[in-house]
Amino acid sequence: MSIGHTLLGLLESGPRHGYDLKRAFDEKFGHDRPLHYGQVYSTMSRLLKHGLVEIDGIEAGDGPERKRYAITDAGITDVERWLATPEKPEPYLQSTLYTKVVLALLTGRDAGDILDTQRSEHLRGMRILTDRKRKGDLADQLICDHALFHLEADLRWLELTAARLDRLREAVSR
Amino acid sequence: MSVRQWSRDLAMGARFAFAGGREGWTRALLTAVGVGLGVALLLLTTAIPNALAERDRREEARSDHTFSQQKIPKADDTLVVVDSDTTYRDLDVRGRVLEAEGPRAPLPPGVSAFPAAGEMVVSPALKELLDSDEGKLLRERLDYRITGTIGEQGLVGSHELAYFAGGKGLMKLLEGSASGARIDSFGNDDLGSSDRWDPVLLLLVLVVFVVLLMPVAVFIAAAVRFGGERRDRRLAALRLVGSDSRMTRRIAAGEALAGSVLGLVLGTGFFLLGRELAASVEVFRVSVFPSYLNPSPVLAVLVALAVPAAAVLVTILALRGVVIEPLGVVRTAKPSRRRLWWRLLLPLGGLALLYPMIGQGDDGGNFNQYLVVGGVMLLLIGVTALLPWMVERVVARLGAGGVAWQLAVRRLQLSSGAAARMVNGIAVAVAGAIALQMLFAGVEGDYTRASQYDVTRAQMSADVPDGADTAATVGKYRDTEGVRKVTALSDVHLGDRRGEDESIIQITVADCASLREVATFASCRDGDVFAVKRSQYDESERLAKPGTTLWELPDDDSGSRERLISWTVPRDIRQAQSREDPTGYDHGGILITPGALPEKLRALTTTRLFLSLDPSVPDAYDHVRNTAARLDPLVEPMTWSSVESNERYATIRTGLSVGAACVLALIGASLLVSQLEQLRERRKLLSSLVAFGTRRRTLGLSVLWQTAIPIGLGLLLAATVGMALGAVLLRMTNTPVRVNWPSVLSMTGIGAGVVLVVTLLSLPPLLKLMRPDGLRTE
Amino acid sequence: MNVPPGSLLAAENLRKAYGPTTALDGAAFSIHPGEVVAVMGPSGSGKSTLLHCLAGIVTPDSGSITYDGREVTSMSDAQRSALRRSEFGFVFQFGQLVPELTCVENVALPLRLNGTSRKEAERTALAWMERLEVDELRGKRPGEVSGGQGQRVAVARALVTNPRVVFADEPTGALDSFNGERVMELLTDAARSANTAVVLVTHEARVAAYSDREIVVRDGKSRDMERVV
Repeated sequence: MSIGHTLLGLLESGPRHGYDLKRAFDEKFGHDRPLHYGQVYSTMSRLLKHGLVEIDGIEAGDGPERKRYAITDAGITDVERWLATPEKPEPYLQSTLYTKVVLALLTGRDAGDILDTQRSEHLRGMRILTDRKRKGDLADQLICDHALFHLEADLRWLELTAARLDRLREAVSR
Repeated sequence: MSVRQWSRDLAMGARFAFAGGREGWTRALLTAVGVGLGVALLLLTTAIPNALAERDRREEARSDHTFSQQKIPKADDTLVVVDSDTTYRDLDVRGRVLEAEGPRAPLPPGVSAFPAAGEMVVSPALKELLDSDEGKLLRERLDYRITGTIGEQGLVGSHELAYFAGGKGLMKLLEGSASGARIDSFGNDDLGSSDRWDPVLLLLVLVVFVVLLMPVAVFIAAAVRFGGERRDRRLAALRLVGSDSRMTRRIAAGEALAGSVLGLVLGTGFFLLGRELAASVEVFRVSVFPSYLNPSPVLAVLVALAVPAAAVLVTILALRGVVIEPLGVVRTAKPSRRRLWWRLLLPLGGLALLYPMIGQGDDGGNFNQYLVVGGVMLLLIGVTALLPWMVERVVARLGAGGVAWQLAVRRLQLSSGAAARMVNGIAVAVAGAIALQMLFAGVEGDYTRASQYDVTRAQMSADVPDGADTAATVGKYRDTEGVRKVTALSDVHLGDRRGEDESIIQITVADCASLREVATFASCRDGDVFAVKRSQYDESERLAKPGTTLWELPDDDSGSRERLISWTVPRDIRQAQSREDPTGYDHGGILITPGALPEKLRALTTTRLFLSLDPSVPDAYDHVRNTAARLDPLVEPMTWSSVESNERYATIRTGLSVGAACVLALIGASLLVSQLEQLRERRKLLSSLVAFGTRRRTLGLSVLWQTAIPIGLGLLLAATVGMALGAVLLRMTNTPVRVNWPSVLSMTGIGAGVVLVVTLLSLPPLLKLMRPDGLRTE
Repeated sequence: MNVPPGSLLAAENLRKAYGPTTALDGAAFSIHPGEVVAVMGPSGSGKSTLLHCLAGIVTPDSGSITYDGREVTSMSDAQRSALRRSEFGFVFQFGQLVPELTCVENVALPLRLNGTSRKEAERTALAWMERLEVDELRGKRPGEVSGGQGQRVAVARALVTNPRVVFADEPTGALDSFNGERVMELLTDAARSANTAVVLVTHEARVAAYSDREIVVRDGKSRDMERVV
């Protein structure tokens, strides 16, 4: 899962402080693994270096230093590209996909496109496995089947998510 | 097994009969309507004997004819009744002219006061007719003032046309040609027994009833099986939730019971409705009052018990071949092949019952009604038992053919029983009808005879009233609208010896034109006399020799020989060849033109007029009747028809045709219902067949074959059994056995027609089902 | 019209409504000879309607369908039936085998509809049944064989006329995964070797994996994933 792209995506809806970013991330994606402040700041300085975000302002006050970050045009393009690129069809990638879907919903992009693209990618993988299975021996078949079933599980999750996009949009925009 | 559990299961089934939303209701209603129609027909049948008895009773009660020779003298309780029946168009009007001879004269039933001379009381139907434009001509004829109506008690039917008119000096008329009597009471007990049913007619009536009721019974059996497949699935679901197979059967029985009880209610409704309607219709000139149609209580109770019992029995029997498993209905995969022997027992048993009665119809013997009914029933039930066996055997052997044929044959092979059930009713109806038609055609000679009347020459005849002037009467008829030609033939009979009547010669008096109707001769002038030669020798030729003196026949009453008139055959008598007159009568003897007739003989002649009518003039017959009524109100001219038939026989025959048509229509309706149900169940299959390019024609044809094959077999069997039954019935009446092919063909044709109509009617829904919507899974 | 070059069957801008329900709302499709294309999408998305339109079973309210250079939407019902009889084959989820006919008669049925004699039709049918490994069922009726066997009989029937396109609507929907995959294997092998195109409507990914590419239908609109990516 790419924390950098996720934070960038969160910035698309408007400039935020580092602390706000952490809170938003934890709220939407971090359920059982909240981000450390250190992670946020190191990621943001990397993004700054690549010109994907810029400092919008610094507020002095009580507590830690508070920088306000804003996304640059290059940053938006980067998020766009990331969302459009299907994940490599490997098992257990639902957390990345989930993040992508939520970010797409948050930034007003078509989440269905992400799912379709991903399904297509999965199917491509499955076609290769199916083809290998048809040509291979029993051992090949069993190995391929194992992979196929896992990919199928992901695909089923994709379908289910696709069917629930409307409800998800409501939930994340609350 | 506790009663409580039984009733609980039955009640549950009853609830199921109506559950299931619109579809459930439709099915229950369909069953109920089917059963209801059958019940109504059954109730009607049980009511008909009562209705006929009631008609007979009323007919007897108003009877005014004394059959005894004894004439009663005039008293203060006597009444003179003169017949004045008439015919209007093709309607019979019962007419009586009454003259009370004292204050205690009996009133006819339904009449509250005697009409005065020149007045009449009429039946409601006659009043309606007279008041309408339709009755204008009749109004002219019945020139009495209407002063009241005849009550129901005086009529045998709601549509009967009848009147009682008042008259004066009727006794004098009775001494003339009028028919009637002096009576001191109405009603005659002898009438009933004197009019007993001919055993052959009775046989016909019995067979008609059995033949009409059997298909109805088959129909009821089919009606309680509407929606059978769906019910089986429902019962399977019940098994799944834990009911055992006995419970399931009881629930199924409850369903059937509910449907048939609703059917009983509907049937009673239909019957009551039909009873009211019966008052407004007239069938075969017979109308009845609703109050006539009361089924005898015993028979009604029997119907009320038998119908639900039969429904339950049929259901239980149908479930016998079905194992209801929790996860679906398993029809015992390969039903054991149908056996022939017990199926053959039924028709053979029927023949055995009928056999002892062969030849009994001739010598006034009687048929055992129970044996007749039982035998005919067994034979007809035999059709329903043999047909499934036959369909199974034949269909199993059917082979190659087109796709439509293959689809149909394979389907029949898999479910030949269902196919046979569908056509059972029609087969029974056709078999019965063929047998009856044969019987009718066979005995037709006895009951219908071709009359000798030559209706191309004359269509009516009338007598010149006693004492009336012949020429004036002829003139009146000739001036009547619609009369083209009047032929007047006067007759007088003379004997060869004075005062004896050993050899008699007929003398016919007419003008030359009229004489040509009875003989052919080279020329004729007024004043000519002819001796007629008949085709066969008769002794009157001997008397027609010139110079022979012929004498007036003595009148028994007067006994006087002294003043008898004589006439001598003239020398210039010529020869003529006899020719049949319009009545088919061959005149012999002597023909005289009026100029050669001595005045003294003229008084002895009686004159009959033959009227030739213009067919293009509407109501010509009634114009003639009106003229006749003006001349003599009590004399009705005779209307000729080319065929005379026994009216009761004609009634039975018409009844059979109408009844058979109704029964076939009823069965056709049930056929259509089950056909549509079957099609609906195959909706998905049909759609997928259409998807891969099956022509609609192919599917339509396969549906046609699917009904045509069993129907064809059914009709073949029906024709065979029908002809066998017909032959036995003919033997019973001692009539030579002849197969009446036209009627066999027409009855099987009607049966085939029903199937064709059903197939045609099921085509639009079939086409609709074949639309690709059927492929949609939603 | 924007038909991809070399395509055997192509559709554009299809619209179809059943009463108030819109089943197709501007869907497009194309398939090349010998290609296996999966049509995917959630239930009720219009997959089956798309298949029915493509096969000429249902006429779309608007849009065009070209098969081999001919416009299908302007054909008469008889012409479309003839097309389905001779050029197309069909496999459905269930309810497609005539229960009264034996398996070999079922397979021979499309040939017989085309006028082939019974004997010859059944010989050809038997050859196809051998290929789908169900020839021993020839004399059985559909009610007496298992679901997987029945479906293989159905596949044999779809292929028996050497069609150029086979339409398969959830062909494995009623089967377990083992039997389902076997049917798919046999279907796609046979189709590929005969250069027959297969339009495969399915919601199962592992069935769709037997295709060359997929089209996704959602809310009556189609998405050709190959052309998008």
